[in-house]
Amino acid sequence: MNIVWVDGAGDELSQQAVAFARGLGGDVAAVRFAAGEAYSPAAWAQTLVELAAERGASAVLAPATDRGNELLAHVAAKLGQPVAANCTSLTPGSPARVVRLRWGGSLLEEAALDGSPLLATVAPHSVAAEPFGEPETLAVTPAASELDLAVRVSGRIEAAGAGVSLADAEVVVSGGRGVGSAEGFGVIEELAGLLGGAVGCSRAVTSAGWRPHSDQVGQTGTKVSPEIYIACGISGATQHMAGCKGAKRLLAINPDGEASIFASADYAVIGDLHEVVPAISAEIRKVRGT
Amino acid sequence: MNILVCVKRVPLTGGRMTLTEDGRAIQTRHLGFTVSPHEECAAEEAIRLVEEHGGSTTVLTLGPAEAEEQLRDMLAIGADRAIHLVSDGEEWDPQATAAAIVEAVRALPEPFDLLLFGNESADGGNYQVPIRVAHSLGLPCVTGIKALSAQDGLLRCEQEVAGGRDVYELRLPAVVTVREGINLPRYPSVPGRMRAKRKPVAASTPQRPAARLRMERLVVPEGPGKQAEILGHGPEAAPRVVEILAEIGVI
Ligand SMILES: Cc1cc2nc3c(=O)[nH]c(=O)nc-3n(C[C@H](O)[C@H](O)[C@H](O)COP(=O)(O)OP(=O)(O)OC[C@H]3O[C@@H](n4cnc5c(N)ncnc54)[C@H](O)[C@@H]3O)c2cc1C
Ligand SMILES: Cc1cc2nc3c(=O)[nH]c(=O)nc-3n(C[C@H](O)[C@H](O)[C@H](O)COP(=O)(O)OP(=O)(O)OC[C@H]3O[C@@H](n4cnc5c(N)ncnc54)[C@H](O)[C@@H]3O)c2cc1C
Repeated sequence: MNIVWVDGAGDELSQQAVAFARGLGGDVAAVRFAAGEAYSPAAWAQTLVELAAERGASAVLAPATDRGNELLAHVAAKLGQPVAANCTSLTPGSPARVVRLRWGGSLLEEAALDGSPLLATVAPHSVAAEPFGEPETLAVTPAASELDLAVRVSGRIEAAGAGVSLADAEVVVSGGRGVGSAEGFGVIEELAGLLGGAVGCSRAVTSAGWRPHSDQVGQTGTKVSPEIYIACGISGATQHMAGCKGAKRLLAINPDGEASIFASADYAVIGDLHEVVPAISAEIRKVRGT
Repeated sequence: MNILVCVKRVPLTGGRMTLTEDGRAIQTRHLGFTVSPHEECAAEEAIRLVEEHGGSTTVLTLGPAEAEEQLRDMLAIGADRAIHLVSDGEEWDPQATAAAIVEAVRALPEPFDLLLFGNESADGGNYQVPIRVAHSLGLPCVTGIKALSAQDGLLRCEQEVAGGRDVYELRLPAVVTVREGINLPRYPSVPGRMRAKRKPVAASTPQRPAARLRMERLVVPEGPGKQAEILGHGPEAAPRVVEILAEIGVI
């Protein structure tokens, strides 16, 4: 039997992790912690370790979310076993074989994985989500140590909630080093505003202090999945693309026809963003008659 | 406050990743090297905490001889000393990496109050070295931290989650992993670079244990194989762009 820690029955990434576990064969037990249990990674992991032993689990899995990766790393550290994070496939055997994501998904790694139970987290969209019934609800084990319980969520700050969030936006207008300055983002903001979208940017921009890090798209920033991603003055480094490859369509605006962003783009405008972007905004106003 | 920061040398890949012939590494012949932005932020955070509370910052890497470059970069922005665990150039799995870091920490006469890491390494993305280190040293560990403050041996940490931030409070000593955005790291100054040359780097050569997560081959995933439709040159392209936006239904 295989155990999958899930965030909830309705959560898409959890449904994918359960589908992934079903693919391994045998029974699957989806488990979650009771709503009243404050998140405590080491204590939750201790609970999973005990459950795995009790049930004789052959694999313990979780979706490769922040919490899934953290929990499985604790389980692995407690058991002294390896864990493979961000797997797109797992084939049991001795040794088991995994394919996992590296570099934020820009590279795949084929690897051999030892250990029993097998420990892995499931990369998003590796398999199609499958609905599952109400997960079993767990309470933290009384065997959790003081050290396990030393790290526990003790408070919460709600997001200010102003405007469209970058992660959920239908349209993202993103600027790179080619924008040239903080003030240069005026034209980007204007277009994003007209389209009811969010402003994004590259790391070159946040490093220069032109925009806050919360606007950064990429491997170490936010991952976005809009209907269209409009990349203005962005060269297309793999670490940037790691954040926007979930976009349905990509429009790139860049004077350099050789820029690598064009290899991932659906639409290209060759030109200076400071001329092209205001022209697009003006055209939208014209079409709308405003 | 005595702080350890762990960083890892990784290639600065551009728009495309190319592999070596055996498919076991990125072709780095024409590439520069760096550390993950998360780790740059960890170093910056350590230096700020030491500026505020006193103490010292030690930076550690497990990596090839060339990784001394990354240690010197960290010394140039204000770390005080460095530990270089010189690897054999072979793949170290996360368990082996964590074990080598733990051994190096234990070998020092004085324990650290705080061990700072990146949330995940740029290349491996294994999300586990810091948790394994914490576990072996018997220390608490919080991950993915975007704001950190210390007072009277108590740490207050904020972690970004959907819809807001979760708050953790814990006692030092502790292990904390940070994310880019917690601060804006400073650039090294010329005098900083000069001073870095004279700061001590203690090198040793740990033995590599057998790997239990063994990389066999890397694969560059198939690109989207797109052929971009050129909508035009310069501002004349605007009407065509707006047509497309209307087709997609975002206008
Ligand atoms: C581990 C790691 C993680 C990283 N994480 C991220 C991340 O999360 N997000 C991220 O973005 N980067 C990340 N990076 C950095 C990344 O490698 C690139 O350095 C960065 O994305 C480059 O930003 P850019 O495209 O804006 O700048 P550049 O590469 O300098 O490109 C600027 C582009 O603007 C064009 N341009 C110039 N003038 C104009 C104009 N007037 N109009 C239109 N175009 C113009 C140029 O032709 C060029 O193509 C990471 C790097 C590492 C090593
Ligand atoms: C082709 C290839 C070749 C490699 N060659 C080498 C090699 O020659 N030598 C080598 O040491 N590793 C090498 N590695 C990487 C090595 O396998 C990883 O260091 C190990 O798997 C740890 O995983 P991670 O870095 O993803 O850890 P994560 O758990 O994702 O890292 C989290 C944090 O732990 C810290 N950390 C991780 N690794 C180190 C480190 N090495 N030193 C200091 N702090 C660290 C950092 O703060 C990092 O942000 C290679 C990897 C590949 C793919």
